[in-house]
Amino acid sequence: MDKVLMKGNEALAEGAVRAGCRAYFGYPITPSSEIAEYMARKYPKIGGTFLQAESELAAINMVYGAAAAGARVMTASSGPGISLKQEGISFLAEAELPCVIVNISRGGPGLGGIQPAQSDYFQATRGGGHGDYHIMVLAPAGVQEMMDLAIEAFELADKYRIPVMIMAEGTLGQMMEPVVLREQVAEFYNKPWATTGCKNRKPNIINTLHLSPDVLEQRNVHLQNKYINIKLREKRAETYMTEDADIVVVAFGIMARVARKSIMEVRKQGVKVGLIRPITLWPFPDDVVEKVSDTAKIFLSLEISMGQMVEDIKLAVNGRRPVDFYGRIGITPNPEEVSKRLLMLAAEEGLR
Amino acid sequence: MTKGSLSFSTERCKACELCICFCPQGILALDTDIINVHGFHPVSVSEPEKCTGCGICALMCPDLVITVKRE
Amino acid sequence: MKIVAQKPESLTDAQFHYCPGCTHGIIHRLIAECLDEMNLRESAIGICPVGCAVLAYNYFNCDMLEAAHGRAPAVATGVKRMLPDRCVFTYQGDGDLASIGMGEIVHASARGEKITVIFVNNTLYGMTGGQMAPTTLLGQVTTTSPYGRTAEQAGYPIKIAELLAQNEGSAYISRMAVNSPANIRKTKKSIKKAFQTQIDRKGFSLVEILSTCPTNWGLSPIDALKWLEENMIPYYPLGEFKVKEDMQYG
Repeated sequence: MDKVLMKGNEALAEGAVRAGCRAYFGYPITPSSEIAEYMARKYPKIGGTFLQAESELAAINMVYGAAAAGARVMTASSGPGISLKQEGISFLAEAELPCVIVNISRGGPGLGGIQPAQSDYFQATRGGGHGDYHIMVLAPAGVQEMMDLAIEAFELADKYRIPVMIMAEGTLGQMMEPVVLREQVAEFYNKPWATTGCKNRKPNIINTLHLSPDVLEQRNVHLQNKYINIKLREKRAETYMTEDADIVVVAFGIMARVARKSIMEVRKQGVKVGLIRPITLWPFPDDVVEKVSDTAKIFLSLEISMGQMVEDIKLAVNGRRPVDFYGRIGITPNPEEVSKRLLMLAAEEGLR
Repeated sequence: MTKGSLSFSTERCKACELCICFCPQGILALDTDIINVHGFHPVSVSEPEKCTGCGICALMCPDLVITVKRE
Repeated sequence: MKIVAQKPESLTDAQFHYCPGCTHGIIHRLIAECLDEMNLRESAIGICPVGCAVLAYNYFNCDMLEAAHGRAPAVATGVKRMLPDRCVFTYQGDGDLASIGMGEIVHASARGEKITVIFVNNTLYGMTGGQMAPTTLLGQVTTTSPYGRTAEQAGYPIKIAELLAQNEGSAYISRMAVNSPANIRKTKKSIKKAFQTQIDRKGFSLVEILSTCPTNWGLSPIDALKWLEENMIPYYPLGEFKVKEDMQYG
């Protein structure tokens, strides 16, 4: 199959186009802007809607309107912009409007920096805005996956009527790799709930206000049941050499690739290390972690953040094994320092 | 003079009196013998034969209480 | 006998929750009458604000969305861009539109977004209990300007119709009032013109409507209409501020 050399952000944008997304509303921010630029070039040629919004708030609310109208719609940003979008994401989650939100992530807090980071993990996986909700979060680890998970994100969003976030470090957005272009999605979900004008039917209402306490509770129970269903069906992770591993690294996105290199190095020195790469950050693949904890002796959460994923690993392991952490922020840990950390851990635990 | 006819959705009335104030014939009043479900004395027409069906009462009514017919 | 006035089809049977004498109900009816008369009900998609009209989706008998505070013009933009042949309108109060939603409304207007905005100005935040709004008049007492609004402390009331008329993308901008039968009839005509502006794809349309809040003004409904006439109209003059007849967008 023919491969095309593409930048991560562009592969993601092209994936969205192939998923039938014909609407993009966004606001420029490094390191995500190439997605908007790609759509600005592409959509006029294929009959899509690109609109540069006046703010992140406006962009996410345009997404709300377009999703309500039944369209496949996307927006992309990075940390500070994603924070601004949280109001709208809470509304989207409660209104059960499908859409794709991309976070080409950089380091915070505050304005932070523009170097890749994973420090929006809590924000992404805990809901992020006000109220009791989750969105689905997918974490690609390569440029091919930027395209593939973009397509998958739209399918999941429509299937479950839920906002889906793709969270990829700035590294993935900016780097180039050969990509197999996927087929255009041809079948779409019916959306009888969409507000498209009430010709030949009763009016549809899309609303997130529930002043009656009973109704509000019912809505929350409904959302929780949906989340339980998603947890049952959609947890995804990739494992690498976990079968005989004493030390199991848990790392997602670009850090999983760093981890693989280190694992190969460290294995040469006789330390049995494996990898779990969560592909869905929410729902977190705790089933995989739990299963591996039958044989693994210790887990290491490897992050470009200050230990945010440790909580999810600990919840999955449920006290059966220790969970260690190595991470940096602003600076992506390189394979050498990760190998060093793994060897040190092996020595401390008597695994060499 | 044209002849009008009014009917009232009495339960919707909040007794704001805008219709009463603007009726050119001055023939509307709150019916103090009735209290509706919201606790208001609703509007009624005291001298229906004088109604011209001008529709100003319905125009001023914020609560869709009044239906106006005219000959 | 023929029917002169009755509930329009574009309103549901639900009873308004508004306070006695509040003119939101009149404005709802005028919009619904325009939708009926222009045969727009089945193609209409309305966006509600946050504020007193937050429950308007229960009243309009067409597809309705509820937006976050101030974001209705952005939501309307998303809907309209996807469904350009539908009639998309927002219904917003002065806190929603002129304060927290100022960014969204100015840019929707600047883009010439082909939507219709019904902007209800009653000089304060009604739903939250009568706090000062950007539209509160100088000297006006509210719960957060308890000694009367001063320019020194809170600046000057914003004139939205004049402000938005400056934007090239605005095709129809007016300010009307619902304080008398004559003004109510004019308001209806203006709403029709605004919808027609959208249908003709001329650009952005907005009707600012001076409205009363008897409860938070502490006045009877009748006195509130007088207060509107004597205090609001002198500062917020009525009329059409922009009527773009010739230019065709898109």
